[in-house]
Amino acid sequence: MLKKINKALVYAFLVALALMCLFPFLLMLVNATRTGPEIASGFTLIPGGNTLENMKLVFDYFNPFRGIVNSLIVAVPATLLSAYFSTLTAYGMVFYEFKGNKILFGIILVFMMIPGQLSLIGFFDLCTKLGLINSYLPLIVPSIASAGTVFFLRQYITSAMPKALIEAARMEGAGELYIFNRIVLPIVSPAVSTMGIMGFIGNWNNYLLPMILISSPDKMTLPVMMATLRASTNINANQGAIYLAVAISVIPILLVFACFSRYIISSVTAGAVKE
Amino acid sequence: MKAKPSKLTSYNRWGYAFVAPFAIVFAIFNIYPVLRTLYLSFTDLKVVGTGNWVWFDNYVRVFTDKFFWKALGNTIRIWSVNIILQLGLAFLLVIIFSNLNLKIKGLQTFRMIYYLPNLIAATSIAFLFQTLLDERFGTFNIMISGLYKLFGATYTPINWIGSPNAAPYTLAVIQSWIWFGNSFLMLMASVQGIGQEYFEAALIDGANTWEIFRHITLPLINPIMMYVAITSLIGGLQMFDLPYLMVNASSTSYDNVQTVMMYLYKFGFTTGSIQTGYASAVAYSLFIIILGVTLVQMKFFNKDEK
Repeated sequence: MLKKINKALVYAFLVALALMCLFPFLLMLVNATRTGPEIASGFTLIPGGNTLENMKLVFDYFNPFRGIVNSLIVAVPATLLSAYFSTLTAYGMVFYEFKGNKILFGIILVFMMIPGQLSLIGFFDLCTKLGLINSYLPLIVPSIASAGTVFFLRQYITSAMPKALIEAARMEGAGELYIFNRIVLPIVSPAVSTMGIMGFIGNWNNYLLPMILISSPDKMTLPVMMATLRASTNINANQGAIYLAVAISVIPILLVFACFSRYIISSVTAGAVKE
Repeated sequence: MKAKPSKLTSYNRWGYAFVAPFAIVFAIFNIYPVLRTLYLSFTDLKVVGTGNWVWFDNYVRVFTDKFFWKALGNTIRIWSVNIILQLGLAFLLVIIFSNLNLKIKGLQTFRMIYYLPNLIAATSIAFLFQTLLDERFGTFNIMISGLYKLFGATYTPINWIGSPNAAPYTLAVIQSWIWFGNSFLMLMASVQGIGQEYFEAALIDGANTWEIFRHITLPLINPIMMYVAITSLIGGLQMFDLPYLMVNASSTSYDNVQTVMMYLYKFGFTTGSIQTGYASAVAYSLFIIILGVTLVQMKFFNKDEK
């Protein structure tokens, strides 16, 4: 009996905690459909009928779909470049012996421990000199060199990629790049896609760097665009519109999560198990 | 047989080609900016131009500026409250889920939900909570007020973000709300990865909840907790998005929530107060502090191991 009560209490705690995680988003969705005065006058979970009005307020100020498209223009190529070149680099480091291999690994280790703020000012300085302010290039191209991803994939390839397979392919006369693209990539693709999804979400949510680099409104990525909300008196006067704008920015990531939650969870834990 | 070694070396030349794109981009966009920041930190560069070499003047200014120390104090306070809540919750959850006596179902679903806040962009979370926690019109205060009324009491709305006393704690709680799921996942994966058999053995031996906790969970979880705490500290000292977006520079609570990164941002990128050389020195000073803390923590951590 005591055990049953115990168990019920534990479940109640777990469910309460889950509600705590979901409740703000639920409020967001409900309030996005209500008017400012309605929201200020009381709390309810029944949707209101003001969605279109709120939508109009938001769109008068900015076009969130423009932000979504801009974010995709940055996040998709960045993710693909990072996935391909990180795998290529990791494979190159594991399967070939060349001078500087160990040094490269050492540099990767050191730079993984260096916090991003150390490069921020130098990075901005570099982009200014290269005329890359307001360009997406500095948000995309550096993904070719993702130290953390290379580190993770290097471990993975070392343990998961059989050397005999590559030697057999060489016997058949396959070229090195062909071997990589047709044999290695498919075999390591589960690990690569796991890293890729996390990389995509990181790129999608990135705020500080795009904020510093992108200033023209039609080029802003979604988070940067969202941050301009606080300058809008029209929207700030109507809470419903703020909730709606936030909802529009959150829904794409909720969809990604709904589809890929298994990958996402396993990529979080992948680092931990290895420790 | 003789041809083999030379053939092997010819393969190995491909290694350079494979790592070349990484190496080139890394040198340009990672190594150069870090060194450039270091160089700039020894100059008095303001906005444009080259600036003069001023040796350690910027660093002296950083370490003697009371606003820097205030910002560091703010950052540490917000982080500390956050890490206690975050790890406390994660720890409790690990105790619950690793105890096979309890036979708790739904780990997959629960951990998915707990992790969800971690995926949402900080900008979205900032505006969501800024609106929910508004002093007069925010849904949180309205709900609390309704609850008070239920018991016949009157609630004086708390200005969660605007009051200098409440704001750091509000931010800390939101931070822990974002991160506890991540910590839980890390701790749980490690405990299960390393010690599944211990928990099964404990179940067979009929150990009670306290014994399982004391003799299995705690020893297993200790080093990993340390690891999670160190990673969190390194990230936490760079806290920026949430306080920057939620608290306006004109707010009375700003002085209590300005983090080191916000301080750096002010001198690095805010039009009108840009002092690039000084901001670079702030970046390296923060790095020195992070490095120091990490080394000290690692030393304690290794002592524990022995």
